[in-house]
Amino acid sequence: MECYFDNSATTKVCDLAVGEIYPLLTENYGNPASLHKKGDEAKAALDLARVNVAKALSCNPDEVYFTSGGTESNNIAIFGAVEALKRRGNKIITTAIEHPSVSNAMARLERQGFEVVRLPVDKFGKINEMDLYREVNRKTILISIMLVNNEVGSIQPINSARRAVNRAGSPALIHCDAVQAFGKISVTPYDLGVDMISVSAHKVHGPKGVGALYVRKGVRIVSPVYGGDQEDGIRSGTSPMPAIAGFGAAVTEFKQQDVTMARIKAFRDNFVKRILVLPEVHINSSSESLPYIINLSVEGIPSEVMRNELSLRGVYVSSGSACSKGHRSSVLKSMKLPNSRIDSALRISLSRYTTQEEMDYLVESIFGARNKFLKL
Amino acid sequence: MKEIILIKNGELALKGLNRSTFEDVLIKNMRRRLSAIGEFDIKKSQSTITIEPKSEDINMQQAVEILSKVFGIAGLSRAAAAQKDMDDILKVAQTYLKDLLLEAQTFKVEAKRSDKKFPLKSPQICNEVGGYLLSKYPHLKVDVHNPQLTVNIEIRDNYAYVRGNQLKGAGGMPVGTSGRAALLVSGGIDSPVAGWMMSKRGVSLTAIHFASPPYTSQRAEQKVIELLQKVSEYSGRITTYIVPFTEIQEQIKANCPEELFTIIMRRFMMRVSEMIARQDNCGALITGESLAQVASQTLNAIGCTDAVCTMPTLRPLIGMDKNEIVDISRKIDTFDISIQPYEDCCTIFTPKHPKTRPTLEYVEQGEEKLDIDALVQRAFDEKRILTVG
Repeated sequence: MECYFDNSATTKVCDLAVGEIYPLLTENYGNPASLHKKGDEAKAALDLARVNVAKALSCNPDEVYFTSGGTESNNIAIFGAVEALKRRGNKIITTAIEHPSVSNAMARLERQGFEVVRLPVDKFGKINEMDLYREVNRKTILISIMLVNNEVGSIQPINSARRAVNRAGSPALIHCDAVQAFGKISVTPYDLGVDMISVSAHKVHGPKGVGALYVRKGVRIVSPVYGGDQEDGIRSGTSPMPAIAGFGAAVTEFKQQDVTMARIKAFRDNFVKRILVLPEVHINSSSESLPYIINLSVEGIPSEVMRNELSLRGVYVSSGSACSKGHRSSVLKSMKLPNSRIDSALRISLSRYTTQEEMDYLVESIFGARNKFLKL
Repeated sequence: MKEIILIKNGELALKGLNRSTFEDVLIKNMRRRLSAIGEFDIKKSQSTITIEPKSEDINMQQAVEILSKVFGIAGLSRAAAAQKDMDDILKVAQTYLKDLLLEAQTFKVEAKRSDKKFPLKSPQICNEVGGYLLSKYPHLKVDVHNPQLTVNIEIRDNYAYVRGNQLKGAGGMPVGTSGRAALLVSGGIDSPVAGWMMSKRGVSLTAIHFASPPYTSQRAEQKVIELLQKVSEYSGRITTYIVPFTEIQEQIKANCPEELFTIIMRRFMMRVSEMIARQDNCGALITGESLAQVASQTLNAIGCTDAVCTMPTLRPLIGMDKNEIVDISRKIDTFDISIQPYEDCCTIFTPKHPKTRPTLEYVEQGEEKLDIDALVQRAFDEKRILTVG
């Protein structure tokens, strides 16, 4: 049996998306910027994908810009906002547990002289909204906060950022990295109160190499990408139509998110109950976090050992985040977990295709692996 | 907690005996637009219309966004319906307005008591609610002259409504109360704005677009449809006629003096449009002309175009500067579509030196070689019909 529990790293492309991608490789291979019939067909596919992504975000199609993925969306949002607002102030607010595509961008801005404040998180990986009210001021030009953390699944109270900005009379733009939340919980600019949202296709059963950046109408950012001004200059470069069409198809499968959520939550709760029978197991994710992501530690068995053993049994999980191999997770460090738990942490991430059978096999495999390394 | 939307209908309240006819059209328009997101109870009382969702899963923010584009509404606000006792009013004010109160630095409370049996007088209500909110949100300050947030308490027959700041409505008159007119739409910045402005005064829209393939592309036509889609968010459904114009333009190019190309072309547009407008029961044509903006929009030129039709032509932009028009197009979200760089029939075959002060006699002479009636009839017969919105 093969069970894929690494859906926060990437997901299987859904059949609908695969079906949409193929004809764009073989027949409708035109460039949407070309003004002939072949181009018109590609443009129609591009427009349709944009409408679909806009519907999934509850925004206008002209607020959706296709990018090469979550990392590029985050980079364009952050550097684009700072470039547009650098004359208004010097302060940037983010959190201590962002994805490297945000945290490394922030580190670069810090080296350039910007004041970067990284809000601390509690033991469940959540920021305190009062910190936002305290930190945001008139010199703040950017706030970038992820909606769902990729390692532990904590959900941030990002809609407080808008209230903090308004109360302080700050010119700041608010960016949200919603890559892990998209398709699972409601991600809409109105609910989040943000100006920019990053999403990625391959985390929502679409193809790799494409994502989108939402930019609220009327908000001006200066994209660091220069070229032929595709995507209104936000992301120059010929539109990767097969990937975009696959993305557009994948987001139409976000039906009944709350029903799926209830099922995943039941899986998670049941799994946690069964696995906690083992005295070495600690759950690092809060019960309030996104049920699709379960971070746990089997104390005494190093993450890599457990991951490899599970892999041999056909169960694919991640040791920490797939993006930071070989480093002690900075997210778990920020949550002030003891090193023994950080070094034995595993991330199990579910998808809407996860079944009860797979959950059963997961529990069985963890028990088996544990009994192999730690004698009863 | 029950949430509703309160509508103030501004100018309609000034109408005399016809008022309820106007209000009924407004209610019908609101109901039709809102039907896209769910069912609502709509009731009118005095100068206010209350809109109540029939089920709980309706997205009220979406409802507000839809209603903010319905003409005939001066102001609107989401409100919570509290029981008519002070404890409930305080509780609802604290919870329902939580986000707004957290966001503001200064506020004040206003109260209106249309039910005079309510035991507290308006100033007393203000005092109590203000004091209570201050105790719960200590970062707030009271500013009675220029507050960021005004908390409104309205004591009505059945409920006490609690709400924050009122949003501005789209204004104007309900669409359909001023008859129907045909908009000549090109794809530029001006014509969608002209359509929007007449729609604002209660006119239902029919649209006419002239296409000249292969000189104009499919994208140009698509652009017009996108523009009309945006206008239809305000005006409601727009019946759209696409008129083939290639033959007429080629004939003009072959047979008329170059300096008159544009003016003669416009005369043809007016002739065909008037025929379509009459067939579609329109009372007028609408164009996006602004005096002296281009050579074909000088007083002489307009005189020459108007000479071919008897129907009144409404030109709501006639006295506006380009930047004023652009401001409106940004507001109604058509600007970014309008500036997409596709040729339309007004930009092909443009003369190098158009005549800015043509006389009617000269223009009529210039057209002599054309079989005008046949050309107009063919364009009219070959039009296509679409529905937008």
